[in-house]
This record gives sequence, C-alpha cells and structure tokens, in this order.
Amino acid sequence: MWAFLSSQPVQTALIVGTCAALVSALIGVFTVLRGNAFAGHALADVSSAGGAASFLLGISPLLGFLGMAWIAAFGMEFLGVRKARERDLATGVVLGAGLGLSALFLYLDVTTTSTTGATVSVMFGSLFAISRGLIWPAILAVLAVFALVGGFYRPLILTAVDPDLATLRGVSPRWMGLLQLLVLGLAVAVCALAIGAVLATALLIGPAGAAIRLSRRPLQAIVWAMLMALAAVWMGIWMAYESYYWFSGNAWPVSFFVVALIFLFYLLAMLGSAQQRKFRYRAATALPGIQES
Amino acid sequence: MTNQRAILAVADLSVDLGGRSILRDVSFDLHPGQLCALIGENGAGKTTLLRTLLGLISQRTGTVMIDGEAPRKHRALVGYVPQKITFDPDLPLRTRDLVRLGLDGHRLGLPLWNTRTHAAVDAALQAVGAEDFADRRVGELSGGQQQRAVIAHALVRKPRLLILDEPLANLDFGSANALVDLLGKLIAQQQMTVLVTAHDMNPLIPVMDRLVYLVDGRAATGKVAEVVQPEVLSKLYGYPVSVLRHGGRILVLPDAPENADVANLNRCAGH
Ligand SMILES: Nc1ncnc2c1ncn2[C@@H]1O[C@H](COP(=O)(O)OP(=O)(O)OP(=O)(O)O)[C@@H](O)[C@H]1O
Ligand SMILES: [Mg+2]
Repeated sequence: MWAFLSSQPVQTALIVGTCAALVSALIGVFTVLRGNAFAGHALADVSSAGGAASFLLGISPLLGFLGMAWIAAFGMEFLGVRKARERDLATGVVLGAGLGLSALFLYLDVTTTSTTGATVSVMFGSLFAISRGLIWPAILAVLAVFALVGGFYRPLILTAVDPDLATLRGVSPRWMGLLQLLVLGLAVAVCALAIGAVLATALLIGPAGAAIRLSRRPLQAIVWAMLMALAAVWMGIWMAYESYYWFSGNAWPVSFFVVALIFLFYLLAMLGSAQQRKFRYRAATALPGIQES
Repeated sequence: MTNQRAILAVADLSVDLGGRSILRDVSFDLHPGQLCALIGENGAGKTTLLRTLLGLISQRTGTVMIDGEAPRKHRALVGYVPQKITFDPDLPLRTRDLVRLGLDGHRLGLPLWNTRTHAAVDAALQAVGAEDFADRRVGELSGGQQQRAVIAHALVRKPRLLILDEPLANLDFGSANALVDLLGKLIAQQQMTVLVTAHDMNPLIPVMDRLVYLVDGRAATGKVAEVVQPEVLSKLYGYPVSVLRHGGRILVLPDAPENADVANLNRCAGH
C-alpha cells in the first residue's frame, strides 16, 4: 500500500481522478435530470478533437478538451434546441462533425509529431501518464464548476423540473441551459483528461443515472453519485496498479477498470431500486393485521 | 368593487400562433376577490389566453395589465398551475421539494434549512391536503395528487392572482368538489383572485362571479346570467344554440333544424 501511495504517477492519478469524479457526478445529475445525456455524451466525444489538436498546437490538453467542448456546446445551442427531437438531431450533427475533425487531428499527430500514444490517450485516457503540471488547472476547473452549480443550484433544478414554472419565477430557461452546457464543458474536459474523451460519458452518466434511481432528493442524488464515482476511480486506479502483478508485468489500463466498476455499480443500483420499489409496493398494499405467509 | 383597481385587465387582445389567428379581440377585467371561469371547448384558445396573460406568449395586438403594470413586472403576484406537467417517475424530487421551489426556486445559493420556509411549505401542503404524500417523489404520485402538488407550488408564495388551467379535468366528482371548495376558501380568507379554465362550467357555478366564454378565439364576457343567454351565445357560435337550465345545472346545445327534429321523433316513436 505504501509503495502504491508514494509513487508519483499514482498520486497525480488520484488527484486528477478525484477531480474528474467530483465534477462529473455533480453535473451528471443535472444532465440526466434534464434528459441531456446524449448531449453530454456528444460533448465528451467532440472534445477529443480538441485533445488531439493540443498535441499539434503544443498547448495543454485540458485547454484543448475544454475549447472544443465549449465550441460544440455553442454549436448545439445555436443549431436549434427547441424540441427534444430537433435537439437530438443538432447534437448528432455536431457529434459527427467533431469526430471527423478528431480523426484528422489524430492522423496529423501521428504523422507529423510522432506522438504515437496520442490516439489512445486522447480517446481512452492514460491516467498514470498525466503531467503534474495539470493538477492545478484541474483543481481550478473543479472549483469553478462547484461555484457555478452551487450558486445557481435552485434555478437549475427548477428549470429541470419544468421550464414554464422556472420562467414564472423569473428564471430564464435559456440562460440556465447555456450555463449548464458551459459547466458541462468544464466537467467533460477534466473527465476526458482522466479517462479519455470516449469514456468520459461513463463517468458523467453512469454514477448520476444510478444515484437518481436511489434518491428522493436532488442533493441526496448528488452525494450518492459522488460516492459512486469516487469509489470507481479510486478502486480503478488501485486495481490498474496491482494488475501489473496479476498479469505478470502487463498492467491493464486504468480506464478499463474505472468504467467496468461504474457499470457494476449501475447494475447494482438498478437491482437495488427495483427491490426498493417492490418493497414499497408491498408495504403500501399490505392490509393491516394480515401477515404474508 | 368597481372603484377598486382591477388586478387583471385585458383589452382587445389578439394572438397569432404559427401564422394562425388563435385569439381575436378578447377583453375582460378581473377584480380582487373574484373567481372568473374561462370556458371553452378543446382548441378554443383557453391555454393560449392564459399563457399570454403570464407573458409566456406575446400578443399581436392589445394589452394585458396585472395590477396596472406589464405581466413581467408582477410575476410574484401570480401563481400558475399548468394544464399538464409530466414528471419523470425517476425524478429525485419530493412533493415537499417541489412546493419549496415555488417559494425560493429563483434564489441563488444552496437551499439551507430554515423555520420560516418550512412553515410556509407545510401550510401550502396542508391547504391542498397533500400532507399524506409530502415525502413521496412527485413522479410516482397519481395525476390528481400531482395536480395538488403543483397547486401547492403555486400557492406557497401567497399570490394575489391564481391561474389554473383545466384543474378539474383529471379529477373525480368528489375531488373536483373539494378543489372548488378550496378555491372558494382561498377567495374568502385571503382575498385571492382566481382565474380557472374548464370545458364544463357546471362544477364551477356555485363559486364563479364572472365568465369568459371562448368560442374559436372570440370571447363573450360578463356575469354568468348575462353571458349564458341564447342570443349572446348564438352570436358567438355563429349558429343558433339553446340554453337549458335544470336543477342548477346549465347545458348549452346547438339547435337541431326543426324538420329533422320532427322526423326523428316520428322515427323513434316507430312510425
Ligand atoms: N404553438 C402553436 N402553434 C400553432 N398553433 C397552436 C400552438 N399552440 C396551440 N395552437 C392552436 O391554438 C388553438 C388553441 O389552442 P389552446 O391550447 O389554447 O386550446 P385550449 O382551449 O386550451 O384547448 P384544450 O381544452 O384542449 O386544452 C388550437 O387550435 C391549437 O391547435
Ligand atoms: Mg388547454
């Protein structure tokens, strides 16, 4: 255990992983509540183009992911988002265009700058290879997300419940939608850095989706989602580290373990909430004084 | 009553949606403590009218004044219960939380615990008889229970004008009566003004002071006795209608052509 914790790549991985888990769980709950899971997934995928471009431009990958996620967010907002179906169409179109760019930039990365690992690290992440210089930017991004979501917590929830009720309380659903996309961009950037652009969705949607089924209050859902995301990331890092010994010198990628754990938690939550509902139903229908045999 | 300022004044309101004219020259006033029923068939324009009053849709011509000013300035005075809200069964939100959002959903910062907020939320829950399901998720309530939850959400800020869109449509006879009683109580105890839409005016007859009768975007307004007259309604519908009154209930029926009437009678009698 001591060897594990004292290794520098492990420390960096734990810090950046924790950042990713916290922001994705927080914003993930709002994303799932608004039925925006597909938009979240698309933003994450499209941000890979930014990650790929950052190698060409020689800028921080975090900035690359963030820039592209924000461009995509504005694109979706401007392409028309009135009806759910149009929103899915706009999202799909932006997703396609973004992944095309990503293919181009990754090709250029490999051919011109000979960064052979670029494709894997942009798409699927390499938590143990993150440079220490990214720790502070990641923490700053987390603080920004917490400040914004904490500040606009109630308007965001009210908008998720019903846009008309929000308007009548003086909350603008359009501004809240934009705010949510901007914050989502920040969260996606941190997640993409940690476990890759393609897998960021798992961290964003999985814990939040599971937590929502287990909770009766928004705040409760957020806490559950954070606990699950943290557990998945920490255990994933530890298992990847240990897997070096399990598979005689061939360590498996962290991202695999993290995503597998999230999937497992999601399954457990589904089973748990089905059980909970059955129990509640029985309690509600059982007649007083009659015992079930 | 007429010397008091109208809480809601609508003048010559016309609204277009998607290039079609939906409302034409609708005018009416509403004074504090009145209950006004907005009656019309499906598609008559009731929801459109309410959404225009709330500033959610903008009009082509005409004005809406709430307490003498534009609707946007007076959002706090108005409580609105939409015709239908679909709550996802998985939405992690208790009835109590929904009601609380009606009070402070626009505020910044996290919702901290405080006694005053709790008392207001409890009072609103109690007013609509929602204590029993206060701690259950809104998404798993029945349609009628969800409606009561939304009414509590609208009431918690003690609005002066309460606007309800088809509140009776989902309710069985007993619950509809209970809701009508509740509206009567709010008016008597809090001097609230209520505007409520329905396709059938009968359940509201005991409590309503004024009537806005909408047919295809045009309105006849006034006291019940003034509006529910064959001449007035025939003009509004554009064809002859009769008004039948029986046991305190009112039925508006299109007149059948007279010859057809006789022919039918004869057929029924077996000739
Ligand atoms: N966004 C829209 N674009 C175009 N037409 C619309 C729109 N919304 C409503 N309409 C039309 O306006 C008319 C009035 O609709 P409205 O919803 O106000 O009727 P309503 O009286 O509330 O009916 P119901 O009793 O069924 O609720 C209908 O003919 C409807 O087709
Ligand atoms: Mg309607």
